[in-house]
Amino acid sequence: MNTPLLRLEGLTKAYPGVVANKDVSFDIQPGEIHALLGENGAGKSTLVKTIYGLVKPDAGQMYLQGASFEPAEPRAARAAGVAMVFQHFSLFDAMNVAENIALGMENPPPQREIAARVRLVSDQYGLPLDPTRIVGELSAGERQRVEIIRCLLQDPKLLIMDEPTSVLTPQEVAILFETLRRLRDAGTAILYISHKLEEIRALCDAATVLRLGQVVGTCDPRATSAREMAELMVGSSLHVPLKAARAQGEVIMTLQGLSAKAPHRFGTALRDIDLTVRRGEILGIGGVAGNGQDELVAALSGEIRTRRNTLMMQGESIGHLGPNARRRMGLLAAPEERMGHAAAPDMTLTENALLTAVARQDLTRRGFVRWGKARDYASAVIKAFDVRTPGPANTARSLSGGNLQKFVIGREIMQNPVVFVVNQPTWGVDASAAAAIRQALLDLADKGAAVICISQDLDELMEISDRFAALNGGRLSAPRPAQGLSVEQIGLMLGGAHDMEVAHVDA
Amino acid sequence: MDMSAINPVLLLASLMVAATPILLAAIGELVVERAGVLNLGVEGMMITGAVCGFIVTINAGSPLLGFAGAALGGAMVALVFGILTQVLLSNQVATGLALTLFGLGLAALLGQSYIGIKAPVIAKWPVPLLSDLPLIGPILFNHDPVVYLGILIIAAVWYFLTYSRAGLVLRAVGENHDAAHALGYHVVRVRLLAIMFGGACAGLGGAYLSLVRVPQWTEGLTAGAGWIALAIVVFASWRPWRLLLGAYLFGGVTVLQLNLQAAGFALPVAYLSMAPYLATILVLVMMRSGRAPGSLAQSFHASR
Repeated sequence: MNTPLLRLEGLTKAYPGVVANKDVSFDIQPGEIHALLGENGAGKSTLVKTIYGLVKPDAGQMYLQGASFEPAEPRAARAAGVAMVFQHFSLFDAMNVAENIALGMENPPPQREIAARVRLVSDQYGLPLDPTRIVGELSAGERQRVEIIRCLLQDPKLLIMDEPTSVLTPQEVAILFETLRRLRDAGTAILYISHKLEEIRALCDAATVLRLGQVVGTCDPRATSAREMAELMVGSSLHVPLKAARAQGEVIMTLQGLSAKAPHRFGTALRDIDLTVRRGEILGIGGVAGNGQDELVAALSGEIRTRRNTLMMQGESIGHLGPNARRRMGLLAAPEERMGHAAAPDMTLTENALLTAVARQDLTRRGFVRWGKARDYASAVIKAFDVRTPGPANTARSLSGGNLQKFVIGREIMQNPVVFVVNQPTWGVDASAAAAIRQALLDLADKGAAVICISQDLDELMEISDRFAALNGGRLSAPRPAQGLSVEQIGLMLGGAHDMEVAHVDA
Repeated sequence: MDMSAINPVLLLASLMVAATPILLAAIGELVVERAGVLNLGVEGMMITGAVCGFIVTINAGSPLLGFAGAALGGAMVALVFGILTQVLLSNQVATGLALTLFGLGLAALLGQSYIGIKAPVIAKWPVPLLSDLPLIGPILFNHDPVVYLGILIIAAVWYFLTYSRAGLVLRAVGENHDAAHALGYHVVRVRLLAIMFGGACAGLGGAYLSLVRVPQWTEGLTAGAGWIALAIVVFASWRPWRLLLGAYLFGGVTVLQLNLQAAGFALPVAYLSMAPYLATILVLVMMRSGRAPGSLAQSFHASR
């Protein structure tokens, strides 16, 4: 067998209290798309950061094309031919595309030449991109293109992609896969990190599964079922939420003709949105990030106020009310951004529970906080939603993303909402916790609440929603029954009137 | 009242002189803030520069060495701020305010035995040929070298930020320090260098006050110029040429109101004295305001 492009031998990295990687060994062959699978916290990020020179391993060796490879910093890794596309984009909003690309290169040519090369590479790989545009104004898919092109301009031998499809529409995913296959055929190896099993089956040639920092298996994803891989990843059999047929009740909330200006420079204006929800219904709203999701949640939660009659709930006009008044009526919301929006990072879980549950759970008396009751409520949420934390006195910041997500969702669901609005309920949450959250949303609807679930994860929306609508450029499409919608139909709804530029792939 | 006593050519020429200390301090702070650091200690760095420049000039007899000493002194107190905020991760706002108080006290201590001494006069450097032009010559090209240096620094900073690789990295660090770190740039190193540059510029500005404008050492002689410089950076939307405009506007109205006072203009002195502040704020607010660097005033720690 020929020398592998990259060989990892016994990589170990421990942080205080956690072993992120333990004795990890595997090979990546030239020209293969190698999947790295694992739940959140399995150590995938630490491992790729080690390869990219951001983290120094405590023990173990790496060999690149047979030679010892110990990058002291990302520059050294880049010089050796390793490039990385980050999960949370490492882009600079206020700068243009060419400047962003120059920042990721070792010896960048002058701006004008970069612009020319960007155009060349984007034609070659079907990734249309204008080098003079300001990055803050690009869609998530376009932003990812910036990162990919930044890597491609350096002719990498190994391209690391960390969860690249989590923010893309199906069409954009198709374009990305086409690009990656072309790269592979040109001899570039790709280390593809994901927990989306169907994608890995469709794209990858080999897979290594990590659990709790250790390699627990390797497989050929083309010959292994998604279920088998999931069970390798989770270490037990996976619970899939059950969608029972529900009786749908009367219309409980109506939104009519909602228009709102963009709240900040990189925000999206909402345009003439109509929406109704019934008791016992889950309305799924899909769309690529930045198409008005945050703004819609804000308008429903009361952060953006509208005209009185725009929002009607149970026969009352509530468009002019603020968040707490709406909470009292039973309209609860969980925004997407956990740290700083859904939760105050440096406050304890008790305090965070108090912040939204104060009205419905009666946590104050004559203006003074009933701390005992607040603590009990926080503890109840922690218990019911299996939040892994020593107790309610810990700060929100000390929780992992998935655990905090369970807490902020649980905090609202335990208040028995009449209408529950949630944005990205399972973003960054591992498979089993995501299943638990989806089950909780289904249970809530079974009890007769209306749920509006906004998400970029289409599989999730198809799994739980009764009706599906798409947000695009601040407009909401007419909802359609979720059952029987094909991926192509969804893609078209998501794309709206915009040109999805699929054609460029074949060009 | 005799308006004819005001000579427009002299007025414009002294505008450039009046604006120079603020201009120097502000361009330094602009670079610091573009790197994502908010240093509220400009006043303290200016006055440290003022006293250092004065002491060196008197002892060495050379204003040139004096200005070099002022830049060094400003950079050194700035480095204290840099180590506290960048290495020890102290709060930038509190540390900056402390730096101002520290600088005022330090300068008073150092300058005790220099009160009442007069600084040597710094000769003007008329630019050959250009200074002979009618009108423009005496306004623009007949000044001491530090006035030209101020404009040169503005131009250099503008070129550096817009066209150079290092300037791009500096802006990247200020815009999103986590992303810059992920790409392998040394956030703390870049910021420390920027902070020291800011300190050196503030020091030059302070020395211009003690060696040219006043020209002698008195306690508290910066009299809030550092705060004006801070304000001009924000109102100029972190852009060098706008900053030049803001500083000249402030300097211009300052000189004008002094002239009006001398000419016996029929407005209470208090209103005339506040005019430069009002005019600067008004004009700069009316111009389209820009966006602050994304990571401004946030501490950076690689593990977060």
